[in-house]
Amino acid sequence: MLDQKKRKAYWKENIRYLTILLFIWFLVSYGAGILFKEQLDVIKIGGFKLGFWFAQQGSMYVFVILIFVYVRLMNKLDKKYGFDK
Amino acid sequence: MALINNVLLIEGLSVQNWTYILVGLTFSLYIGIAIWSRASSTKEFYVAGGGISPLANGMATAADWMSAASFISMAGIISFAGYDGAVYLMGWTGGYVLLALLLAPYLRKFGKFTVPDFIGDRYYSKTARLVAIFCALIVSFTYVAGQMRGVGIVFSRFLEVDINTGVIIGMLIVLFYAVLGGMKGITYTQVAQYCVLIFAFMVPAIFISIQMTGNPIPQVGFGSELADGSGIYLLDKLDGLSAELGFNEYTHNSKSMLDIFAITLTLMVGTAGLPHVIVRFFTVKRVRDARKSAGIALLLIVILYSTAPAVAVFSRINLIETVSNKPYSEVPEWFKKWETTGLISFTDKNNDGNIQYVADKEKNELEVDRDIMVLANPEIARLPNWVIALVAAGGLAAALSTAAGLLLVLSSSVSHDLIKKVINPKISEKNELIAARLSAIGAVIVAGYFGINPPGFVAAVVALAFGLAAASFFPAIVLGIFYKRMNKEGAIAGMVIGIVTMILYMIKFKLGWFDEVLPNKNEWWFGISPEGFGVISMILNFSTALIIMSFTKKPPKYVQEIVENIRIPN
Repeated sequence: MLDQKKRKAYWKENIRYLTILLFIWFLVSYGAGILFKEQLDVIKIGGFKLGFWFAQQGSMYVFVILIFVYVRLMNKLDKKYGFDK
Repeated sequence: MALINNVLLIEGLSVQNWTYILVGLTFSLYIGIAIWSRASSTKEFYVAGGGISPLANGMATAADWMSAASFISMAGIISFAGYDGAVYLMGWTGGYVLLALLLAPYLRKFGKFTVPDFIGDRYYSKTARLVAIFCALIVSFTYVAGQMRGVGIVFSRFLEVDINTGVIIGMLIVLFYAVLGGMKGITYTQVAQYCVLIFAFMVPAIFISIQMTGNPIPQVGFGSELADGSGIYLLDKLDGLSAELGFNEYTHNSKSMLDIFAITLTLMVGTAGLPHVIVRFFTVKRVRDARKSAGIALLLIVILYSTAPAVAVFSRINLIETVSNKPYSEVPEWFKKWETTGLISFTDKNNDGNIQYVADKEKNELEVDRDIMVLANPEIARLPNWVIALVAAGGLAAALSTAAGLLLVLSSSVSHDLIKKVINPKISEKNELIAARLSAIGAVIVAGYFGINPPGFVAAVVALAFGLAAASFFPAIVLGIFYKRMNKEGAIAGMVIGIVTMILYMIKFKLGWFDEVLPNKNEWWFGISPEGFGVISMILNFSTALIIMSFTKKPPKYVQEIVENIRIPN
């Protein structure tokens, strides 16, 4: 592969990961924690109403997971394109 | 409980003595670290030599990030705001996702010292650099003045000195290790400070969670049933108590959902745009370390942030149960102690000798400062003296670590961005290091001055530092990385429009300087509060940049190559 082409392909895959991960990021915080909070509150898990739980707990846990997933994906991607050295 | 009482008997030391011991120990630790890790080059002073491990950087970032406000005030704010408090929880953590995915790896690859460095080089213009320096100074100053005040308040409450003496002690300590150690010294002290502050926050929370719910994990505890065997969930009980006393139901919103959305987004984007946070990612060795340390930082932050809403619920229930409709003559000792500090006060309006704590302002007899929820929590729960003292050491660690990080940004803005890059590019390495140390001293003095004589508007605008960062840096950096075609004209116009609209909105609706009286909430544009307006300014920044760009010429070839280059990790 030509260097220029390789860089383009790498960047494209990176953008695809970003889009998916940021979509989830938006969904758990602004979606579950704010916009659909009322609807989710009908469901209860233990003492937590689900929407409330997402707003004050769940979204934060997902954020942490998202970053570590991104770290893994990118480390793999770097390797695939030989950008890890 | 038996165990706790035994510990109480054995120790015998007063809270005051424990406080001196723990604060003394932690302070000697910080100073020791500073002497051991002093900076000998500008690279060490600005970015700790660029060789910090991801774990150390993650810990330092977490301590840098969590200020006195996170440690002392946040749980209390949530305690009184209920669901609405989620804006801080999500806002101040979600920003790290943006940071890790959109900014940190690329800025690390770019590999200079400061945010204005990136803006100045990427937008090939001295004007862009100057605008960025101006924004960095405004954002960091609004933020640091609040921190120095926080240091003073923590000192005064725990060591019983007055606030000004507290500010001066804090200034001297920070001065010592920031000036001597630069970024290198700050990083390693922050690692120690993270350990102190997280231990200090978690110990009381775990004790109280066990007391109230029998569950040692606070995050699970506050969704559990009460330990008294009644089978009632804690949160249901709190909703019930709140409704009974006329407060908003704890798990429901009182702000409009649109405003909650806007504030959360402003805080997230602002977090990602704060120079003192961004600059931490210049200190690691490789791009992959930058990504990883963002993850570690957020994990370490979330340990505290996910505990805070639990503490909020525990302490709120504890407070209501201890005081509501109880005779004033029978209040516990902590009540009297904190009454003398003015953090809690009682006026017997109906002269019945009982404390009426209700939402109705006419009938309410109890004023509670929200900070008390963390500060007095261990006493309310009757925890041993060393735990109470630990909270003091933790609060100081939180305030000092953030203040030091900010001071470093201020000093490098002056010595590196302004003196080296604009005024005198020929300055020698040695002189630049001297300039950096002198500007750190200058920054401490100015910050200390504002800590001692806080202009009325400082407290009001600290929360708006996020709006300012969201309105100025975030769009310029993101466009700089993700849009090769973005040119200097667009970026500069965007930053100027963003920061100017944010400042104007702040002056009009937060400070009320344009009108006789502070305008009413109903006049807010789109119903968005000043705290949430950063989002609107950010959108204005983005759109202005894109429009102006389309009329002006492409960035030069070599700049496009810079962009190509930062996108690739090696």
